[in-house]
Amino acid sequence: MSFPLFSPIDDPGPSFLGTLEKVGLSPFAYGESAKFSSEVLSVPHGTTIVAFKYEDGVVMAGDRRATEGNFIAHRRIEKVFAADRYSGVAIAGAAGPAIEMVKLFQTQLEHYEKVEGVTLSLEGKANQLGQMIRANLPMAMQGLAVVPLFAGWDLIREMGRIFAYDITGGRYEEVAFQTTGSGGRDAKGTIKAGLRPTPLTRSEALHLAVSALTEASEEDSATGGPDLARGIYPVVATISVNGFERASDDEIAVISSEVFENRVGIGGGQ
Amino acid sequence: MSMPYYVAPEQVMKDRADYARKGISRGRSLISVVYDVGILVCAENPSKSLHKISEIYDRIGFAGVGKYNEFDQLRVAGIRHADTKGYAYSRDDVDARSLANVYASYLGQVFTHEMKPLEVEILVAELARNDTSKSQLFHILYDGTVMDESNFTVLGGDSEAIATRFGASFVEGMSLSDALAKAVAALAGPDRVLTADDLEVAILEDSNGRRTFKRLSSASLKELLEKS
Repeated sequence: MSFPLFSPIDDPGPSFLGTLEKVGLSPFAYGESAKFSSEVLSVPHGTTIVAFKYEDGVVMAGDRRATEGNFIAHRRIEKVFAADRYSGVAIAGAAGPAIEMVKLFQTQLEHYEKVEGVTLSLEGKANQLGQMIRANLPMAMQGLAVVPLFAGWDLIREMGRIFAYDITGGRYEEVAFQTTGSGGRDAKGTIKAGLRPTPLTRSEALHLAVSALTEASEEDSATGGPDLARGIYPVVATISVNGFERASDDEIAVISSEVFENRVGIGGGQ
Repeated sequence: MSMPYYVAPEQVMKDRADYARKGISRGRSLISVVYDVGILVCAENPSKSLHKISEIYDRIGFAGVGKYNEFDQLRVAGIRHADTKGYAYSRDDVDARSLANVYASYLGQVFTHEMKPLEVEILVAELARNDTSKSQLFHILYDGTVMDESNFTVLGGDSEAIATRFGASFVEGMSLSDALAKAVAALAGPDRVLTADDLEVAILEDSNGRRTFKRLSSASLKELLEKS
């Protein structure tokens, strides 16, 4: 690996993607491969993710299933990641490019912090992610779209914030909640019904997140609900002034059991 | 056509080395010490924003003395090298030895081929996993000479005198506050007193999570200095 030293005129500065482009490792340099097929590729897709605000900040959650067409490709995939100490990113869409993008995004945030000596603002982070999604547009046109949610604690404004994206990198800030992925609509209904004028407590918020994903899993075949037999539970994380904190599997296991208990005998077993 | 004057290669190298050493000795020195659970880097630096010490990677720290713009450029290149390597391979594959080699070959290249050598000395410190005493301190000179130390090293113009002073008080496996007090005393010498405001201090320690690098704030530095 060559020594990445550049003249001041073409120095990529704190941009890690810029450095990767200079050394020929950019994940967005497709060359000819972007042109060879117009068919939609069959690769694992991640499905339902949700984010909404609660009293201390933001909750993010995602189910654990990846599907390939009508097959279940993976039961234990994770879709909610810490982007850095104060933000998280959840992914839906083609799992391969999405996980790669998360890795690039995490490295970018840390790289900026080390080079500049200060962290990016939350808006700066949200814009960076938007630029990466836009760079992925050629792949999105082939069906390998990545549609993440980004949420974090804004250290300047002292509040939790949620950002949604479209495949062109368009960035939309949400007031209270957002969901994406195939089961997103069902999850959104549950979240809308569960939010109150007074903000939810942490425990209410975790409960609502698990309920929303369970609801989605019952209506959408590509979404996996809590799997009590195998001990596979949704990934639920909170982002507050204390930073990104993933709830333990034990805690989510208890909540999942409670969610299922509520279903006993309801709707004639439907 | 006029012939250029012949200058013996020995003379060229000596002149360049003198030039580099003169530049380095204009700045203040720094000490890096392996203590019982981590690595301490303590620099005399009155500036609060122009840092001499920096994080490179999860277990790797960087420090430089001499000309600020030159060692800062090396610092950024080191971060790029480490992040690119960690991204392309794995976080586990990023190590100080290979980074020190890259730095050394670049400094050596500049020293022999460019008009002017870099007026810097740099440190690449890596905190060992599990056993702190196996940590490594790579001290790289302006001409590409690499020295690896396992206990402590001193960078800067006055390094020999400081190293002698520090060596006399050094004990293996000191606590952080002991190591810091001795480092500060050695940097100051017999005639001066250095306070928290004159210092820039950072540590690599496993208690900090995946990223072991931590800058000590002025408040925690004062507290540590009072403790000893």
